[in-house]
Amino acid sequence: MLEGKVRNGHTQDRADGLTAGGAGASSSASDSVTVRTQRVRRNYAKAKLVVFAVLAAAVLAVAVLAPLLCGYDPYAQDLSHALEAPSPTHLAGTDRYGRDLLSRIIVGSQSSVLFTLLLVVMIAVVGTAIGVVCGWKGDKLDVVLMRTSDVFLAFPGLVFALAIAGVLGGGMINAVLALAAISWPKYARIARGLTLAQKGEPYLAAARLAGCSTAQLVFSHILPNIAGPLLVTAMLDIGTMMMELAGLSFLGLGAQPPVAEWGSMMSENRSLLQTAPWTIIAPGIAIFITVMVFNLLGDAVRDYIDPSQRGRRKGLDESEEV
Amino acid sequence: MRRYVIRRLLQLIPILIGITLLSFGMMHLAGGDAVTALLENQGVAVTQEVIDAKKHELGLDQPFMVQYLNWFRGLVTGNMGTSFVTGKDVFQTFASKLPATILLTLTSIIATVVVALPLGIVAATRQNKFVDYLIRVLSFVGNSLPNFFVALLLIFVFAIVLGWLPVISANIGKTGVAAISWAGLVLPTATLAIAMASKYTRQIRATVLDELSKPYVEGARARGVSESRILTKSVLKSVMIMLVTLLALSIGDLLGGTAIVETIFQWDGVGKLAVDSIVMRDYPMIQAYVVWMAIIYVMVNLAADLLYHYLDPRVRLGGDE
Repeated sequence: MLEGKVRNGHTQDRADGLTAGGAGASSSASDSVTVRTQRVRRNYAKAKLVVFAVLAAAVLAVAVLAPLLCGYDPYAQDLSHALEAPSPTHLAGTDRYGRDLLSRIIVGSQSSVLFTLLLVVMIAVVGTAIGVVCGWKGDKLDVVLMRTSDVFLAFPGLVFALAIAGVLGGGMINAVLALAAISWPKYARIARGLTLAQKGEPYLAAARLAGCSTAQLVFSHILPNIAGPLLVTAMLDIGTMMMELAGLSFLGLGAQPPVAEWGSMMSENRSLLQTAPWTIIAPGIAIFITVMVFNLLGDAVRDYIDPSQRGRRKGLDESEEV
Repeated sequence: MRRYVIRRLLQLIPILIGITLLSFGMMHLAGGDAVTALLENQGVAVTQEVIDAKKHELGLDQPFMVQYLNWFRGLVTGNMGTSFVTGKDVFQTFASKLPATILLTLTSIIATVVVALPLGIVAATRQNKFVDYLIRVLSFVGNSLPNFFVALLLIFVFAIVLGWLPVISANIGKTGVAAISWAGLVLPTATLAIAMASKYTRQIRATVLDELSKPYVEGARARGVSESRILTKSVLKSVMIMLVTLLALSIGDLLGGTAIVETIFQWDGVGKLAVDSIVMRDYPMIQAYVVWMAIIYVMVNLAADLLYHYLDPRVRLGGDE
């Protein structure tokens, strides 16, 4: 059904073939793929994965080590140096209170990056757990949980998240909860589908005959087998979630000033767009670069563990990677 | 087809019940806070007795299901209470703001198609050439930019540096109806279209590539049919089916996703109304927004599904149990 298809659309969009900077990853279907080409592709995917994983690790390191990396106290006001344009002393300029923007951006990465990762881990774990239970147990529980997820999916875009964040009040944790509330059904559906597919496999019956308990079956047989697609989905979600979280902060529903967070920094400096554009552009670029790094990493992970790639490696005649 | 439609309509019932329960339950989450917000907005000194009296007056001391049913009756009859802030009828306020959001949604969709369709086709036909590479990089960049940053960049470039376009989009006349300035529509439309076009360009490219690799294209080529004819006569058709349904589905996402853009450009639609209501803790207004957006979204999705079934005979014949 189309609805289901497009609702997962997010994952599929990404699966649609843009391997940014990676012109070599796709080829015309009619080409007969030589073993050599396959190996080149495989190595290429691996190299890409390593490069972007290192970049993402660097971003993470900045977020974790933020307080050590700041040249200035990100919260110290220095009105004599307010609204200075970027210069060698203040690389990204200063805001209206004379606070060093680069330091604020670095500290802001704690809210923006770490909370995003928390959010993605949360929805992936909760969604997967629900999905596996649904797929494994079936019956009434499955129906109830899946109808519940239908209801959550029936709210468009950020509408429900906005309302939840509004009711719960501002704060990063509340914003994370609001986005988690609308995002888990995607994982539940994917995990459920994958679990159902695994359930019919002979190896499971064999494992059961060999005396595996249900917990063993789920944790050491099903989960490892369905982890790939879920991991890809989660990796591809990081960028989007980061933008949505920053969006909520921008609207005043996430991080509360004076806490440094990229979205709320851009929001509080909005009136300065004319006089001091760097106060907005600098955090904007920070979001852009971070989101891009994680999107590239997501693509690289997908290219690396995508089943179609694996199929290719085995020399199956695959149709065009779309 | 008719059986399919009926089945889909029946499936809608539990969803609608769920939507209303969730929207209503949210208000409960806010609990006494909502009453406090109401009283504060009215300028009443808040004491426990006043809160209790008001709760009783609003029926908030009744059991959950009773309250829900009362509220549901109001929802069906269009009587969803009055705003805590303005005192105006909530449903009418929502309905009066909706056309502005619909207008913005439609212009964004048109702009998206105008940009994404040619770019996607060009990228696919020049696969792995420079143009393809460039288009893919652009679409990747577009996908990594949060829309509020895009909005502020556009304002900076086109309204402040170049001075071509106004920053604030709609002027609200004395009658309360937004007089739409067409120049003001450009930047919010562009903001929404950039994100969507980035997404669709990829999808169109992928669909065209997929289609071009099918045997019938090979056959047409072998018979000497020109590439442009293959593209316009055959490939474009299947792209259109995908595009029409995807766009129909995007309408819902756009309607719900305009909150940030409307707020930045002061576009007087439901998204801005929602954000304003949240800031003012105007719970009846938030509730109306959530429940109606969900209902609209579900309806649009259903329409899109039906359209897809209608347009694509394969689905129509195969999927019609």
